[in-house]
Amino acid sequence: MENNNTYWQENLRLILICLVIWFVVSFGFGILLVDVLNEFRLGGYKLGFWFAQQGSIYAFLGLIFWYSKKMNDLDKKYDVE
Amino acid sequence: MDELKFYTYIAVFGTFGLYFAIAIWARAGSTSEFYAAGGGVTPLQNGMAIGADWMSAASFISMAGLIAFLGYGGSVFLMGWTGGYVLLAMCLAPYMRKHGKFTVPEFVGDRFYSRTARIVTIICLIVASVTYIIGQMKGVGVAFSRFLEVEYDTGLYIGMGVVFFYAVLGGMKGITYTQIAQYVVLITAYTIPAVFISFQLTGNPIPQLGLGSTLADGSGVYLLDRLDLVVTDLGFKEYTVSKMGGTLNMFAYTLSLMIGTAGLPHVIMRFFTVPSVKAARASAGYALVFIALLYTVAPAVGAMARYNLMNTIEPTAGQNLDYEQRPQWFKDWEKTGLLEFSDKNGDGKIQYTADANTNEMVKVDRDIMVLANPSIANLPNWVIALVAAGGLAAALSTAAGLLLAISSSISHDLLKGILTPDMTEKTELLTGRIVMSVSILFAGYLGLNPPGFAAGTVALAFGLAASSIFPALMMGIFSRSMNDKGAIAGMCAGLGVTMLYVFQHKGIMFIPGTSFLGDMPADWFFGISPNAFGAVGAIVNFSVAFIVLKMTQPAPQEIRDLVDNFRSPHGEIAASHDH
Repeated sequence: MENNNTYWQENLRLILICLVIWFVVSFGFGILLVDVLNEFRLGGYKLGFWFAQQGSIYAFLGLIFWYSKKMNDLDKKYDVE
Repeated sequence: MDELKFYTYIAVFGTFGLYFAIAIWARAGSTSEFYAAGGGVTPLQNGMAIGADWMSAASFISMAGLIAFLGYGGSVFLMGWTGGYVLLAMCLAPYMRKHGKFTVPEFVGDRFYSRTARIVTIICLIVASVTYIIGQMKGVGVAFSRFLEVEYDTGLYIGMGVVFFYAVLGGMKGITYTQIAQYVVLITAYTIPAVFISFQLTGNPIPQLGLGSTLADGSGVYLLDRLDLVVTDLGFKEYTVSKMGGTLNMFAYTLSLMIGTAGLPHVIMRFFTVPSVKAARASAGYALVFIALLYTVAPAVGAMARYNLMNTIEPTAGQNLDYEQRPQWFKDWEKTGLLEFSDKNGDGKIQYTADANTNEMVKVDRDIMVLANPSIANLPNWVIALVAAGGLAAALSTAAGLLLAISSSISHDLLKGILTPDMTEKTELLTGRIVMSVSILFAGYLGLNPPGFAAGTVALAFGLAASSIFPALMMGIFSRSMNDKGAIAGMCAGLGVTMLYVFQHKGIMFIPGTSFLGDMPADWFFGISPNAFGAVGAIVNFSVAFIVLKMTQPAPQEIRDLVDNFRSPHGEIAASHDH
C-alpha cells in the first residue's frame, strides 16, 4: 500500500508539471498573453497567433508522449506493469 | 454524366464498398466484441479510430470556414478540440481503462456506488449524443445532395443504410476497423487540396509552413500580412488579431471545449477497447497525432480560402470582379442559395465589404469554404470528388461512434445493469443490436425533420459533457472520499446552471421567443457566450459536490480500495475477461 501511495504521488507530480505547461502554451501564450507575444514573429506568423493556431497543438502532442514515457518508467520502477 | 460526377460516384461508392467489406470481415460474436472490440485493439489502430470518431462533419466541413471568417478568434476551436486529449491521457483514460468496464455510466455507478448516479449519467450521455448525431445526419444528407445531386432525403437513407450495416453487424469491432479506413479517406481528402493550394500560393507544399511563408507572386510579402491588409482595407477586422468576444470569453470557450471533449462518452469509451493501461495512455497520444494532422492544416485552409475568395472578387485594390465574369464555382454555389450577390449600386461589379450598406456579397455561408475551396483554386475534378468522400467519411464515422455510445448505455446500463440484470449474454447482444437499429431510425428521423434548435445543439452537447460528466469523473478518480451524494448534487447543479444559462439566452429548448434574457454580448454574464458556459457549469459542479461532501458521510472504505485499485495498473483486468 505504501508503495502504491508513492507511485500515485509521483504520478500526480508528473500530471501537475504537464498541466502547468498545457495551461501556459494554450491559455497563457495563446489567449492571455497573445497581444504581447504578437510583438514577436516566427516567419510570417505573429508569435501569439502561432501559439494559438499551431504551437499549442504541437506542445499537447509532446506532453502526452512525454507523460506516457515517464509513466512507463514509473510502472517499471514500482513494478506495477 | 460529366467528368466530376463520374469521379464523385467512384470515390463515394468505392469507399462505401470498402466499409461493407470491412463490416463483413469484422462481425462481433460477443458482447465484449460488440461494446469494446474484445479489448484487443492496438494503440495505433485505436488512435486512428478515435481520430475518425472525433472528427465530425463539423471538423471536416465547418471548422476551417469558421476560422476563415473569425481569424484569430477561431483559435478556440483549434485549442479547445485538441487540448482535451491531454486531460484524457493523464486524468481519465488510464484509470477508467484499469477499472475495466464497458461504459461511462457503469464507471460512475461503480465509483459512486449509486444507481441514481448511473441513471443521471445515462441521461446526460443520451442527451449529449443525440443532439450531436443530428448534425452528423444532416452532414450526410447535405454532402449527398450537393455532390451527387440526389435528394437530401435519398442521401440520408443511403447513409443510414451504410451505418446500419456495419454498426449493427460489427458493434465496436466493426466500427473500429471501419473508422480506421474512414480516417485514411478523410485525412487524404482534407490534406490533398490543402497541399495544392499552399503550393500555388506560397510555393511551399506543407500547409503548416505555407501559412507562415511569403507569397509566391514575387512580392516577398508574407501571406498573413497580405491577408491582414486586404481584409482591413475592406473594413473587416484584422485577421490575425481579431478576438471572438473578449479575452474572458475566449478563455471560457476554450476551456469548455477542452473539458467537454474529455467528458464526451463516445470518445472515452474508445479507451476501453485497448488491452492495457499503458496502451490507453499511448492511444491518446496517437489519437492526437492523427487529429493534429487535420487540426494544424485547418488554419491554413481557412486563411488561404479567405485570401483566395477576396482575391477572386477584388484581384487588385479597386479593381472589382464583373458579375458577368464570375467563375463557374460562384454560379454553382449561387444555385444552392449558400452564396448570394445583390448589385446594390448597380455597377455590375461585385463589392465585398464589412459595411452592410455597401456589401454586395449578401450571403457567404461559412460551410462552403472547405467544399468550394478546391474549385476556387481551380484544382482537378478528382480532388473535388475526394472531398465529397472525405466529408461523408467524417460524418458517418462520428455517427457510428455516437450510435454505439447510445445503444450501449441503453442495452448495457439501463436494461442489463438496472432493469433486467439476469439477461444472458446472447440476449444482451441481440438487444444491443435492436437498440442500435432503433437509434439509427430515430437519428434518421431527426435528420429528416431537424428540430428548429439543431444549430444550437452541438454547443449544448459540449456544455452537458463539460458541466456534468467531466467533473464527476475527475472527482471519482482524484478524490478518494468523494461520495454518492456529493457527486449527484454536483452533476445536477452543474447541468442545471448550464442549461438555464443556455436557455435564458437562446430560448427554452431553443424555441424562439421563450428566452427571457436577450442573446447579445451585453446581456451575457461577464461577456461569456452561452456556448462557453460549460466551464462555469463545471466550476459550480465541483463547488457543490465538495460542499455536500463536507456535510455528509465520505465514501466507505471499500470504495477507497476500489479507487486505490484503479489508480495503479497492477493486477490488470481485461475488458474481455470481465463479463
